[in-house]
Amino acid sequence: MTLPLPLQLTNLLAAILLLIAFALLSQRRIIGLITLFAWQGLALALSTTLVALHTKQPHLLASAGLTLVLKVGLLPWIFFRLVRRLDIERDVEPIINIPTTMLIGIVLVIFAFNLAQPISALAGTVTRSNLGIAMAVVLLSFLMMISRRQAIAQVIGFLAMENGLFFAATSATYGMPLVVELGIALDVLVGVFVLVIFFFQIRETFESLDLRHLERLKEH
Amino acid sequence: MNLAWVLVLPLLGGLVLTLVGHRRIAPTVNVAFALATFLATLALAHDVARHGPFTLAHDWFFIDPFNVFLVALTAFVGFTTAVFSRPYMRIEEDHGRVASARLRMYHGSYQIFLAMMLLALTTNNMGILWVAMEGATLATVLLVSLYRTPASLEAAWKYFILCGVGIAQALFGTILLYFAAERVLGEGGTALLWTHLDAVKAQLEPVVLQLAFIFLLVGYGTKVGLVPLHSWLPDAHAEGPTPVSAVLSGLLLNVALYAVVRGKVLVDGALHSDLAGNLMMGFGVASVVFAALLLRRQLDVKRMFAYSSIEHMGLITFAFGMGGITASFAGLLHMTMHSLTKSAIFFAVGHATQKAGTQVMDDIRGLIRSNPTIGWGLLLGTVAILGVPPFGVFASEFLIITTAMHDHPWATPFLITGLGIAFAAIFGRVQPMVFGKAELPYLPHQPALLPVFLHLALVFVLGLYIPDFLANWYRQAARLLGA
Repeated sequence: MTLPLPLQLTNLLAAILLLIAFALLSQRRIIGLITLFAWQGLALALSTTLVALHTKQPHLLASAGLTLVLKVGLLPWIFFRLVRRLDIERDVEPIINIPTTMLIGIVLVIFAFNLAQPISALAGTVTRSNLGIAMAVVLLSFLMMISRRQAIAQVIGFLAMENGLFFAATSATYGMPLVVELGIALDVLVGVFVLVIFFFQIRETFESLDLRHLERLKEH
Repeated sequence: MNLAWVLVLPLLGGLVLTLVGHRRIAPTVNVAFALATFLATLALAHDVARHGPFTLAHDWFFIDPFNVFLVALTAFVGFTTAVFSRPYMRIEEDHGRVASARLRMYHGSYQIFLAMMLLALTTNNMGILWVAMEGATLATVLLVSLYRTPASLEAAWKYFILCGVGIAQALFGTILLYFAAERVLGEGGTALLWTHLDAVKAQLEPVVLQLAFIFLLVGYGTKVGLVPLHSWLPDAHAEGPTPVSAVLSGLLLNVALYAVVRGKVLVDGALHSDLAGNLMMGFGVASVVFAALLLRRQLDVKRMFAYSSIEHMGLITFAFGMGGITASFAGLLHMTMHSLTKSAIFFAVGHATQKAGTQVMDDIRGLIRSNPTIGWGLLLGTVAILGVPPFGVFASEFLIITTAMHDHPWATPFLITGLGIAFAAIFGRVQPMVFGKAELPYLPHQPALLPVFLHLALVFVLGLYIPDFLANWYRQAARLLGA
């Protein structure tokens, strides 16, 4: 059985999302991380649009637009400016070396597909096979967050995780109700603004965004 | 109408204070808005008492005895904390710990934080509940780092990242819930409305709901401070300004637990098993025991009481996990008592640390001589939180433990050991702080101790006698949580 073209393309975009999640894991340069994050947003927006057109879900078009504006436009723009203003374009060394991280990543992908299986078996959506990929993106982004000490890298990991969750919502249920998605987008936006203020505070206090400075509070 | 006031007043307050929050009058404006919000919540509570549970604005909001009691409690502690914060922040400013320009951010965020918590409690939509919880976190991140010390920045970063990751899991839980609901209720905005879900909970897909609840519990549980997801909590409480510690401990933890309990009601309906309750009991007992053990080792007074919050939230989670009218009643009562007592303690501790110029317990001595009211406030608050009769905490802890002995005897040795260790540790630490020989010179200042004694008086009175309307209120709420 061959899938209709829009769905084949959606599957392709899902694969691209997963590849970008791996690329984020292996990327050392902050500028590279931001660019990859923007591409991931674009792939997400495109696949959401395709699903919207194929299944005639107009509200999904709105959330695709939201993704495009926020995650391809505004947030990468803010991050690029921030990197330039704070002058932090150096390479960052991950805590675990990259080949090991990739191997852990592959294990996570297998785990994600197992976790998603009972849910996608129940789903009635045409995109249900992508749920495993969405879970994998969430877990890989989480791995990226814990394997980096750099504040911006952790934030990009966090936002990539949110991309994965968003993709999961589109795959399993054709997206959440629009009000909720708007609320989530607002939270992400406010969160990034809070972080920008925060980066300047950290920078002012430590003259670097390396989180090794932030390891003094320990359990006594 | 009353609900509109409850939500609009703090938002308006946030807006006004963001514009003028650095002025001399700002702390008073903050108190005024908090008081007005509290009065509006009383009117709302009155509506529920007269008409029973109701929904508003096309089912977008839902008020029942369970959430309206938390709404009133949140607004009340929000108000008294604003009263406490007025002289407290002025003294911090005089000591040069915080610039007056930063107070604008402080006052604005404080009101937005209250607004977000009230929205989380009153909304009927599980998705909006998530959005409001995340909003409440974002409003407090910068408050935790208000002093801009390295330690406070680290605490705020940890708070942001850990609660962010936690709440992302709660979002996945919400997505799964929507996924299950959509198959029964159809697509569109109504599938996440709690009242609609509650009506059809028996038809929801059990496998999906089980998974959804695990994600909701771990996600919101991070915010409740359940062990082992608690590690942000002591740092955020210890390094942030004291009024923020008071509202985090007294209010935010409750609201997060509220979200878990709402999820539990749905899962119980779908699963017809004790899975949700057992998970909550497990996390609850672990929190009580581990918090008590870690609490013993603390040197910083605010960190110690932060661990005590983890312990009490564990106890409340355990009570709701047991389920049944008596246990839920006890959980609700303990929530109230803990909020009132813990915020009173943080008020007293705030003044004590301000006076001594340190948070290290070994350096704070002889409060009873240097400032008897702070000394008595701290002592009585400590005695109250440790569950000494006749304070209300005794009544609720007694009720939780006796119910546990009856229904889940395995848990009682752990709970009693935990409470015992906590008693010995906290009392042993606080006693010299109050009665010891003062060595350090204390800074002179006029504290606002009215909130401390108001809270403690309430806890005292409620320990002796729970008025009928309040008991009925709790009973109705407990019944809503399922037998």
